[in-house]
Amino acid sequence: MGDILREVTDGDLDAIEIGAAILGTGGGGNPYIGKLRCREQLKMGRKIPVIPLAELPDDALVVSLGGIGAPVVGVEKIEEGEECLRALRAIERELGVKVDALISAEIGGANSMEPMLTAAQAGLPVVDGDGMGRAFPEMQMCTWSIYGHREAPGAMADEKGNIVIIRDTPNDVWLERIARSVVVSMGAAAGLATQPMKGDFVKRAAVPGTITQALNLGRAVLQAHKTNADPVQTVINQERGKLLMTAKIVDLQRHLKGGFAIGHLALEGFGNFQGDSGRIDLQNEFLVFRRNEMVEVCTPDLIVVLDSDTGLPITTEMLRYGQRIAVLGLPAHSLMRSAEALKVVGPAAFGYDDITFAPMEDI
Amino acid sequence: MFRIGVDVGGTNTDAVVMQGDKILSGVKSPTTEDVMSGVVDAVERALADSGTDKAKVTAVMIGTTHFTNAVVERKHLARTGAVRLCLPAAQCLPPMVDWPNDIRDAVGNHFWMAKGGYEFDGREISALDMEELNRIAVQIRDEGIDTVAITSVFSPVSDKMEREAMEQLAKTLPDVDFTLSSEIGRLGILERENAAIMNASLRALSERTVGAFGRALTKVGLTCPYYITQNDGTLMSRDFVQSYPVLTFASGPTNSMRGAAFLSGKLDAIVVDVGGTTTDVGALVKGFPRPASTTVDVGGVRTNFRMPDVFAIGLGGGTIVEGTGETLTVGPRSVGYKLTTDALIFGGSTLTTSDIAVGLGLADFGDKSAIADLKDDHLQAVRARVNEMLTNAVERMRVSPDPIPVLAVGGGSILVPDHVGDLPVIRPEHFSVANAVGAAIGQISGEVDRIFSLDGKTREEALAEARTEATNKAIAAGAKPESIELLDQEDVPLAYLPGNATRIRLKVVGDMNG
Repeated sequence: MGDILREVTDGDLDAIEIGAAILGTGGGGNPYIGKLRCREQLKMGRKIPVIPLAELPDDALVVSLGGIGAPVVGVEKIEEGEECLRALRAIERELGVKVDALISAEIGGANSMEPMLTAAQAGLPVVDGDGMGRAFPEMQMCTWSIYGHREAPGAMADEKGNIVIIRDTPNDVWLERIARSVVVSMGAAAGLATQPMKGDFVKRAAVPGTITQALNLGRAVLQAHKTNADPVQTVINQERGKLLMTAKIVDLQRHLKGGFAIGHLALEGFGNFQGDSGRIDLQNEFLVFRRNEMVEVCTPDLIVVLDSDTGLPITTEMLRYGQRIAVLGLPAHSLMRSAEALKVVGPAAFGYDDITFAPMEDI
Repeated sequence: MFRIGVDVGGTNTDAVVMQGDKILSGVKSPTTEDVMSGVVDAVERALADSGTDKAKVTAVMIGTTHFTNAVVERKHLARTGAVRLCLPAAQCLPPMVDWPNDIRDAVGNHFWMAKGGYEFDGREISALDMEELNRIAVQIRDEGIDTVAITSVFSPVSDKMEREAMEQLAKTLPDVDFTLSSEIGRLGILERENAAIMNASLRALSERTVGAFGRALTKVGLTCPYYITQNDGTLMSRDFVQSYPVLTFASGPTNSMRGAAFLSGKLDAIVVDVGGTTTDVGALVKGFPRPASTTVDVGGVRTNFRMPDVFAIGLGGGTIVEGTGETLTVGPRSVGYKLTTDALIFGGSTLTTSDIAVGLGLADFGDKSAIADLKDDHLQAVRARVNEMLTNAVERMRVSPDPIPVLAVGGGSILVPDHVGDLPVIRPEHFSVANAVGAAIGQISGEVDRIFSLDGKTREEALAEARTEATNKAIAAGAKPESIELLDQEDVPLAYLPGNATRIRLKVVGDMNG
């Protein structure tokens, strides 16, 4: 597993799909459609070259891109196919530049795949890294935004030929807000590419090696299936994570607030956790885990919910009463735990003013 | 009122005669190649055993795995045209893109993508182009294809374009069967389209099979209507199943679980159905199987039907037992249908779970002297292993610490101990024909699955609207209005969409008219 990833091939896609869904911490959308689209690109003879973050030239121009919209629309109105490519070309035209590499803003979920398939179409490499190391709901929550890159101008393209450039915004929250209202009129699915970044900045700001991480995670789960090993333990070993609880879902509440799925699940421990009660709060992603009413792991650390038998990730849409799950905590990358980052992705950013982030290793 | 329930399985055709809630007779008969003679034999014997006058039978309910098997075995599938209304969206993944090659070849891989389709809020992606549809119709005609599946983007929100496209195609293709995806599946275009295409490819077989059922019943002398069970334990009329054969997928486990509930009188339970090769474990909630929440593969094709959540383990009456002590293994290999020649007690040379059951005195069949050499500690070790396998499977399906019972059904259920973990085991009467009983008690359903906007409307009002819609569907399908009740409802708020859109899935069931 120490090999440096230089290219994503057909045989890697199933594993990346699983790994990206695990890193999606319940949200981020389903990578299945994106996997099929990558496969179609490879069938056409195109390639998905990967460039390790450390090898990125300092002056390379890197664009962060992905799909924007509602996950449920993504599985019904599949994209025409070149939305992100058109958004990329629109940014190049707008600024009169040539882009050298692509990167994912969000490795968790569907947007793990979008830069890879656009890379195949554009003949560009994709950088082994991303802007979150997980999934979060909004653009300003990625590391480039946190560490000083301004995302405007952003270009959005839909399947009908509409291209919208958002040229100037005072900050990335506005870009997110305007992009959201544009995507609704586009039919809740579009490709979005933002202002290119310089290689030296990306090397400082990106969460490194996350395509490799997703690939290895997925491979570990698939390997565990083959050898009848415990897939949950495999994931923990792979990520130096911690098993927080094996539990049954005994209550499940979801409702809408400001366009986000908000809710919580109540858990009752089994196995080694018999007698424990648990609770996970969610806002598209799983954000806070409490044991016996005490906060144990919270955002930006990753709270991952797996099927306790298969080790396959369960997204918030798939949750149901009575499910038997394994809850894992995986430490977030240090870039997501800094003081600047916590202002944007820490518990207070999601309305938990009473929770102070503490790294999960300290509990 | 007399009813007959029939289960046409891969190996056996079972039949029961019921009067109201009473089971008058139950028989097993081998399934035949032509299906028909096996049904005739089973129904005639069940009628004779019960002494029932044929003229008094008001309905026959048939459960069958015929269509699932056709897909799994890639047999009897018709060449099918797939028309998707989507352009310019969705062209990056053509229809059948994620199918295994052999089944894609079996249906011919003929597809067309055309203008049309809706946005999530009902706006058009693009308008239908009638000239384009005419050109497609000519190509379908020239290919000699006589069954077509039409799928539009967001057809669960509005089915109008699928209907209009069908009418347009039918002008050129008057004798073609059309399947509309909106009538089959839910949101998730690939899975819904997959189901629609499979359905289209099965329609000719469905017509033949349903015709054979009809002739079988005529031959027996039954003139009453007959119904086919679908995968949620409810019934379809003859005409309906001819149009929607895919809805029978997974009706086997559903019938056995519903039958177990009926036979035991338990509505909340874990059902353990032990066959020759595998054991299916499922959960009953309010008398119906708990549905699986994820996509379900049928013959390698991804669908999003509401299928029962069933966990299968490699343990049955024919399961092979090898090794001793540390090296002991029980399954997953099985002698299968060769049990009656290969097992020790039947003169063979393979140690199976049936030999162990006889050795333990749980059952009494075959030649006991053939297993006289088996040591007691070996028997007990196998028994412990079997119990452990069953306990793990039951624990997996259990949803609460409540001491709900385990219902043991199926021919191999002698292997199930009196307790699984801390749960008591019930072995209902007629347990070996639970599937046919499940078919006989089928109900009529109505279902809604679409997106509702909560602008200017409360969640409760939207749920009530959905319930009315589902109730009307059930009545149209033949349910008694006064018997209709809510079976299941679920609302999932849709992230990132304005107007607080929410997706409501809701199902009602009622007793059959007459």
